[in-house]
Amino acid sequence: MKSLQNINDLNSQPVSGGVLVNNIEKRYGSKKDIITALQGISFEVNKGELFGIIGPDGAGKTSLFRILATLLLADGGTATVDGLDVVKDYKQIRQRVGYMPGKFSLYPDLTVQENLEFFATVFKTSIKENYDLVKDIYSQIEPFKHRKAGKLSGGMKQKLALSCALIHRPSVLLLDEPTTGVDAVSRKEFWEMLKRLKEQEITILVSTPYMDEASLCDRIALIQSGKLLSVNTPGGVVKAFGKKLVAVKSENMLELLNDLKRFENIENAYPFGAYHHAVMKNGDAKEVENYLIKTGRKFELKNVEPDIEDCFIALMREPNE
Amino acid sequence: MSNDKVITADRLTKKFGGFTAVDTISFDVYKGEIFGFLGANGAGKTTAMKMLSGLSKPTAGTASVAGFDVYRENEMIKKNIGYMSQKFSLYEDLTVKENIRFYAGIYGMTNKFIKEKSGLILKELHLDSEADRLVKSLPLGWKQKLAFSVAIFHEPQIVFLDEPTGGVDPVTRREFWSMIYQAAASGITVFVTTHYMDEAEYCNRVSIMVDGRIDALDTPQQLKKSFNAVSMDEVFLKLARKAIRTAD
Repeated sequence: MKSLQNINDLNSQPVSGGVLVNNIEKRYGSKKDIITALQGISFEVNKGELFGIIGPDGAGKTSLFRILATLLLADGGTATVDGLDVVKDYKQIRQRVGYMPGKFSLYPDLTVQENLEFFATVFKTSIKENYDLVKDIYSQIEPFKHRKAGKLSGGMKQKLALSCALIHRPSVLLLDEPTTGVDAVSRKEFWEMLKRLKEQEITILVSTPYMDEASLCDRIALIQSGKLLSVNTPGGVVKAFGKKLVAVKSENMLELLNDLKRFENIENAYPFGAYHHAVMKNGDAKEVENYLIKTGRKFELKNVEPDIEDCFIALMREPNE
Repeated sequence: MSNDKVITADRLTKKFGGFTAVDTISFDVYKGEIFGFLGANGAGKTTAMKMLSGLSKPTAGTASVAGFDVYRENEMIKKNIGYMSQKFSLYEDLTVKENIRFYAGIYGMTNKFIKEKSGLILKELHLDSEADRLVKSLPLGWKQKLAFSVAIFHEPQIVFLDEPTGGVDPVTRREFWSMIYQAAASGITVFVTTHYMDEAEYCNRVSIMVDGRIDALDTPQQLKKSFNAVSMDEVFLKLARKAIRTAD
């Protein structure tokens, strides 16, 4: 009986290096004012995967990361990181994860190099020993290694924080909103760095409120109000959209939007950059064209593939079960 | 949108010691226009906005905002503009109603006006039943929409919005922009910064700052044409990649 139990245990263990989240719940506050941050969420991240948690502020991303980093206790459910339990094995997990919190948390009064040395020493290693791992990122800020961390620009702080999270060669990286408030150029650079890190077989969990970053992940979890809306590959999420989408533009975009909203074959219409997107109940661009011709307005339209933001909007509209 | 200029900046410059944060920028913004003010981190956006809102004296150049001179009449500028940012907008420990009263009071609105307009705004935002709730207990999207209503409560000529939609969900982000359109249609000029490039498309005109200069200023359509780009994202990247400086 006992040996059978062990076999079952083995089967339920995730592949070493991954992350397993099982029905995790988190609530804050007391009796009267309870805020539910996580409403029982479950997903699995494979070893070496670049996994994105995509959702707006207040969705529960930071609570989830803090639970996985063993800095916060869940109110329900279980989770393992690298095969280790976040409650029982927290000490071992701390040796193996690299955590980059959403808020800049390095020592502003230490220099760039001192910060990195400090984190290396805490984990009983040295910059020299793991230089190959951080080289790609650290070499970009090395010219400023004698500058105090508090005096760095946003993009440079972010590179230093990532170097510090990596210096002990973690098997799992937890990056909580590393690109929030960072401009489009620095955001693109950061994702290029992550792609190269993936080749080192580090499992990376990264959260972001920017929907356009989803396509850069192997798989994504869409999260809103403490609930997962979907877990899939970016391509899989788009495929599951399951409806025709039409992009339309015209001189007066405000009136166009109202016209689109009035058309019974359209389920939802909303601005989307230079165009409006219309989610079709029936038909496609042809129906919209016929309808808009009757309004007498000049317009331009085309059938388009949905992107992650279209999918997120559609999932947000689905009634709760 | 009309031809009345509500902001004019002429060779406006700000130096901090030997560092030129804003480098001889010139532009006009018209009444009722939605003017997108883009640039990478460190390009000089915040410094420029501080000068335009009367909080920081320029080193050189001239500018007038809402008809007032940025050197001599900065107190008048403050009375005639509204301001909202993602980081700071409302007092978390005051209720919805108290926040409205507080800001309206600061701008010298009468009790009668405050009472009438509060009711109207709360109804529009569907917040009537939440008037006595502490702001900290509201979802972020509601907070940002309320903050915007508060910023234009005193009916300013211009409202400055500094990354108003950062971190907001895609549905609320669009509701927020529909409020911006309404404000612009009522004659309020909207001066807005954002990191979301799809929002750049919603502006009447967009300026892009690089290393303290304005390197491009036009309608989104014309910018895409000039830079031979399919999206504003591409225009932005083409320009911002030329930046030399990296300071924040």
